[in-house]
Amino acid sequence: MGLEVNGKTYETDEEGYLANLNEWDTDVANAMAEIDGAPLEENHWEVINFLREYYEEYQIAPAVRVLTKQIGKKLGKDKGNSKYLYELFPYGPAKQACKYAGLPKPTGCV
Amino acid sequence: MSDEQIVKKFMYVNRKSPYGTIYALESLEVVLISAAFDQDVSLTFTDDGVYQLMKNQQTDGIGMKNFSSTYSALGDYEIKKIFIDKESLDERGLSLSDLQELVWEDEDEDYAEKSSINLVSRAELSEIMNQQDVVLSF
Repeated sequence: MGLEVNGKTYETDEEGYLANLNEWDTDVANAMAEIDGAPLEENHWEVINFLREYYEEYQIAPAVRVLTKQIGKKLGKDKGNSKYLYELFPYGPAKQACKYAGLPKPTGCV
Repeated sequence: MSDEQIVKKFMYVNRKSPYGTIYALESLEVVLISAAFDQDVSLTFTDDGVYQLMKNQQTDGIGMKNFSSTYSALGDYEIKKIFIDKESLDERGLSLSDLQELVWEDEDEDYAEKSSINLVSRAELSEIMNQQDVVLSF
């Protein structure tokens, strides 16, 4: 499978995750969100950028409850809860936000 | 989860060097996945397994992903008990200062970082192993 953005085709797996995370840029994330029918706003970007930083540091995409806890620490308790994160990413905060962030699916997600 | 949930003591024993086989990475992945089940989890590094926590690992030459930084995420996954076999370090001319520091953050104390690492003798380790419900060796 592939994703076409600005005339360039990006390789993805069967669930739409980017095959090569070095190819990621913000246009790719926006295009993925466009396909899902919910354009990205500032609140989404906070989470996506957090995930990219987390991956950079630890080489893994965090499990959803780790994500929730760390977002709470970084962005405040009002954002570090599943209600908030599920509203932003209804397909599952870890799964969907990781996809937009160009990361692999979180370890342990099915 | 209810109060009646059964919590078992799980210990993952890491015995092999990080890159010669797939054991170290597989163990780490199993640990991270199973952390979702709210069990009492500890990790032991013994024999060549102590090399898994060496600082400054460089894997470019062998074309493998350097996953050593992932151990630092264990604290985020509520894994706060890491046992290092002292004799294994001694036999290899290593000391704790050759290994990465692993910490967890105490949310109740304003995210104060606390060390997860316990240096233990083999005798102590065997005692701790005896207290486990499940020991998985990698």
